[in-house]
Amino acid sequence: MSRVRDDYEKSLWNRLTRWVNGESDPFQGKMEMEPLRETEVTGDSVYNPDLLDRKKVEQYVEDTQKNKEMRAFRILYSMSSVALCLLLIAVLLLAVSWLPVLGDPNGPNNNEVSKRYIEKGMEESGAVNMVTNMILSYRGFDTFGETCVLFIAATCVIVLLRKSEEEIENAKEQDWAYEPKADAILQKVTLILVPIIFLYGFYIILNGHLSPGGGFSGGATIGAGLILYVTTFGFHKTQRFFDEKTYEIVKVGALTLYSITMIYYFYTGANLIESMIPLGTPGDILSSGMILPINIFVGLEVACTMYAFFALFRRGGM
Amino acid sequence: MEMFKVILLVFLIVCAIAASLIRNPLLSVIVFMSYSLIMSIIWFLLESPDLAITEAAVGAGVSSILFFVTLRKLKALSEAEGGKNEQSQR
Repeated sequence: MSRVRDDYEKSLWNRLTRWVNGESDPFQGKMEMEPLRETEVTGDSVYNPDLLDRKKVEQYVEDTQKNKEMRAFRILYSMSSVALCLLLIAVLLLAVSWLPVLGDPNGPNNNEVSKRYIEKGMEESGAVNMVTNMILSYRGFDTFGETCVLFIAATCVIVLLRKSEEEIENAKEQDWAYEPKADAILQKVTLILVPIIFLYGFYIILNGHLSPGGGFSGGATIGAGLILYVTTFGFHKTQRFFDEKTYEIVKVGALTLYSITMIYYFYTGANLIESMIPLGTPGDILSSGMILPINIFVGLEVACTMYAFFALFRRGGM
Repeated sequence: MEMFKVILLVFLIVCAIAASLIRNPLLSVIVFMSYSLIMSIIWFLLESPDLAITEAAVGAGVSSILFFVTLRKLKALSEAEGGKNEQSQR
């Protein structure tokens, strides 16, 4: 059992918290202070003597003609910033000059690892697109961690910026409410463009193992399309097919299914068990084992995150 | 093709310097957007279309929009828009 401290008020930790929160005044009790003077309001003009004094002091300090130290500081500041920039540029250029030449066969990046990816990649994972193959199967740990980071980032933004429905409806500043401007050109263009953007995003995701692209790029494209739709037609119209409930289900479901797939992969890989999932013929849409489903999960995750960032920044809710 | 690449790279550097020097935040974000667009073309020319798609979607699309929204929240755009705001509120 821990004893409750009775001298908590004087403890170091309490003083530190008070100092961090800005509650304690370091000059209190040590310095004689003048109380703040009354503010007079006559008609439109406001007479605040304290504010006037502060303005006078600021004007005097900012006046470089009289204040020699200020002038010297300004000159020194700009000169040192220029010197720092030049130094940084020099260091970076020096570092670049030491890098191996691009495409050098003897360079350190052309080792047996990339050789193996190129020679055996298609055979081992069944994906034609080598980049997706590498990201999702050889470097599966990395991508799984990145997706979790995205999930955590979106959750943090929700914690920081989310407001309840009542707060949003009763907010004084509802600039998002003017958002669906009755702009004929914008709405017509959006109606034509958004389906194409969505289709292209899904195409990138579903063809991730065959052509350039993959979960992240396709998800970002779909997210951008969603944002375009929201800015044109407003939040109420978007809520008909994408509200907070859908967001939760899609995001958590995608991450859960992704983790289950990855756990299966890690388990079979670590124990040298033959994977049960057929690889199929390379080049088919239904091939390359679990890369296609993983691409879909990553894409959904990224699309939801992109849209959530925008919606939370703009409105405080989805 | 070599000439095209040089033009793109020069434009990239000009955009990068302009984005940091322009005082108006709205213009600065638009210049940054064009920087991302040029960068995506350069990625494509460097034979990495994966990155080109991502750069176009994230760099030129989503991140610029987030910049705009943040500027709007900070009321940094009111100067640039001026009277337009009042019109839309009617």
